[in-house]
Amino acid sequence: MLIAYISGLCDDLIVFYKDKWGWQQLLKYSLKRLVKSMVTLFIVISVVFLFMRLMPEEGYFGQGYEKLDLVQREAILTNLGLRDPWFVQLGHFYKDLFHGDLGTSITYRPKVAVAEIIESKIFYSLYFGLAALVIALIAGISMGILMARSKNKFWDKLGNGYIVFISAVPAAVYYLFLQLYVTDIFNLPILFNKSNPVSFILPALSMALGPTAGYAMWMRRYMVDELNKDYIKLARAKGLSNKVIMRKHVLRNAFVPMAQYLPASILYTLVGSIYIESLYSIPGTGGLLVDTIQRQDNPIVQALVLIYASVGIISLFLGDMLMASFDPRINLDKQGGIR
Amino acid sequence: MSNTKLNKSIDDIDPLLFDFASYDESRAERAGYSNYSYWQSTFQVFLKNKVAAALLILIIVLVTYTVLQPYLPNQKSPTKIYNNPVTGIQLRNHAPDKEFLFGTNSIGQDLWSRIWSGTRTSLEIGMLVGIWQGLIGITVGCLWGYVRKLDGIITEIYNVLDNIPNTIIMVLLAYILRPSIFTLVFAMCITNWLSMARFVRNQIIIIRDREYNLASRCLGTPIGRIITKNLLPYLVSVIMLQLALAIPMAIGAEVFLTYIGLGLPLNTPSLGNLINEGRVIMMSPSLRYQLIFPAVVLSVITISFYVIGNTFADASDPRNHV
Repeated sequence: MLIAYISGLCDDLIVFYKDKWGWQQLLKYSLKRLVKSMVTLFIVISVVFLFMRLMPEEGYFGQGYEKLDLVQREAILTNLGLRDPWFVQLGHFYKDLFHGDLGTSITYRPKVAVAEIIESKIFYSLYFGLAALVIALIAGISMGILMARSKNKFWDKLGNGYIVFISAVPAAVYYLFLQLYVTDIFNLPILFNKSNPVSFILPALSMALGPTAGYAMWMRRYMVDELNKDYIKLARAKGLSNKVIMRKHVLRNAFVPMAQYLPASILYTLVGSIYIESLYSIPGTGGLLVDTIQRQDNPIVQALVLIYASVGIISLFLGDMLMASFDPRINLDKQGGIR
Repeated sequence: MSNTKLNKSIDDIDPLLFDFASYDESRAERAGYSNYSYWQSTFQVFLKNKVAAALLILIIVLVTYTVLQPYLPNQKSPTKIYNNPVTGIQLRNHAPDKEFLFGTNSIGQDLWSRIWSGTRTSLEIGMLVGIWQGLIGITVGCLWGYVRKLDGIITEIYNVLDNIPNTIIMVLLAYILRPSIFTLVFAMCITNWLSMARFVRNQIIIIRDREYNLASRCLGTPIGRIITKNLLPYLVSVIMLQLALAIPMAIGAEVFLTYIGLGLPLNTPSLGNLINEGRVIMMSPSLRYQLIFPAVVLSVITISFYVIGNTFADASDPRNHV
């Protein structure tokens, strides 16, 4: 456990102390990172774009492949722009993207705008993700505090068992059993239904299980780490009560490294959960990526990759900013280049 | 030292009271010798954790059994379809009994031998992924951390690869290449080494400029030797942890790929395949054993490797050896 903990802190270790940094510095830093992110984003999207062109051509016709003759197939492919050289295709894609046009679906829902398809799905994922996140934050952080307070005692061991179980067993397995037995015991509906608010509970709860374990684990580690520091010993020697030490010193300092992952957790709810959404038949974005890759609906795949990659980049940036604003000692300029 | 010099320096003391100590080789050995052995201490610390020790024995037994199972007497073939000897009809969904310990699946194959065969496949995938991930991750991580000229380039490559959603790479590769054990391993390895490389790099940056490395560099030690002799021994515990965790991760990834329909073909049993088969029929309570048995075996394996890996990583850190 110790080793994994050090790994989490490594990035923080390459951080130096500093005095103050003004708005100009902040702006300069943000701009520099923006440019870098744009380059990364460009490469990522182009790579996936070219990858998608490697797929077999039959995929673009869906069910109708057998019914068409060679000339018709060629006509359709030319019409889709798939007969152009790859750099022309890429150029068209970026030109459209620049105008805010994500294109139209090919096979998933033919001739429907990609933006419309994603828009109709993304809110389901967002609601469930945010609900799960709130549950996980509350449950995970209180669990971590409880575990740190009763270190090496019963609650700590129980919590550790939970964390080990959740991180070792593949999510699909425990999701299945939860759906199977919890719906039986509490008589909950098995599938998600928009008009039945009770059917929201189980998907959100099961989605929160994994993050809860994560938050609890990190919270406990940061707190235990903080508790061993000298200033806590001083505070105790000064006669401060345990409650005050916990609330004013330990909790606040332990929360700083946690803050870094907060924006990521919020933004990643957009991605959705493949397992949960397919198990409870929630019409979210979770399965959309896999589905559209299999159907070779390139415009949707590209739009999704754009969203996912931007989410990753933006959330890292916001995380760093949030952490820097919580902890005045952190200087973003001198952080290691790996971010 | 001569006696005359001694007489000169100590005036009033009778030199006969003093005597040069004789050199005793065995005593000198005893003072300078410590019976500390790195691996022995590692195992001692490891065995102190009773849970991990028990799980280690369990895993050894399990792995031995999965390897030996096909050669044992009275074992059924994992892919053969069994018929009822009286009626000649396939033994579909036969409940567990003495003949079929875990019952049969929906087309009459023996679940017991399928589970062990599946465990074999999944462990194979896990080990291969672990080894490759370790090799690539450590090599890239060492170069990344130690060779300053490469830092910028590898960081950019890392940023790009890290930002491509993992699902896309796995799905695309599993889809472009035909599903087989090799392609699954390849698809998992192509991104899994990233976290390992990053971790090794961060560790190396921390210890790269310590005095003993500085001294080695001044003495003209070649880079390769510094990396293998000075830096890597520091990372043993880390590497152990990553290798042990690669197995549960790979099993999880295999379950995921099977779940979205890109796993191994059905005639190659794997834990992911079995769980997926069980999921299809889980709604009828009498057939749930087909989901429960593979799920239990899978959980036992993943949890054991996870706990063993973590405990071993802690134990192989010399700071915990006192």
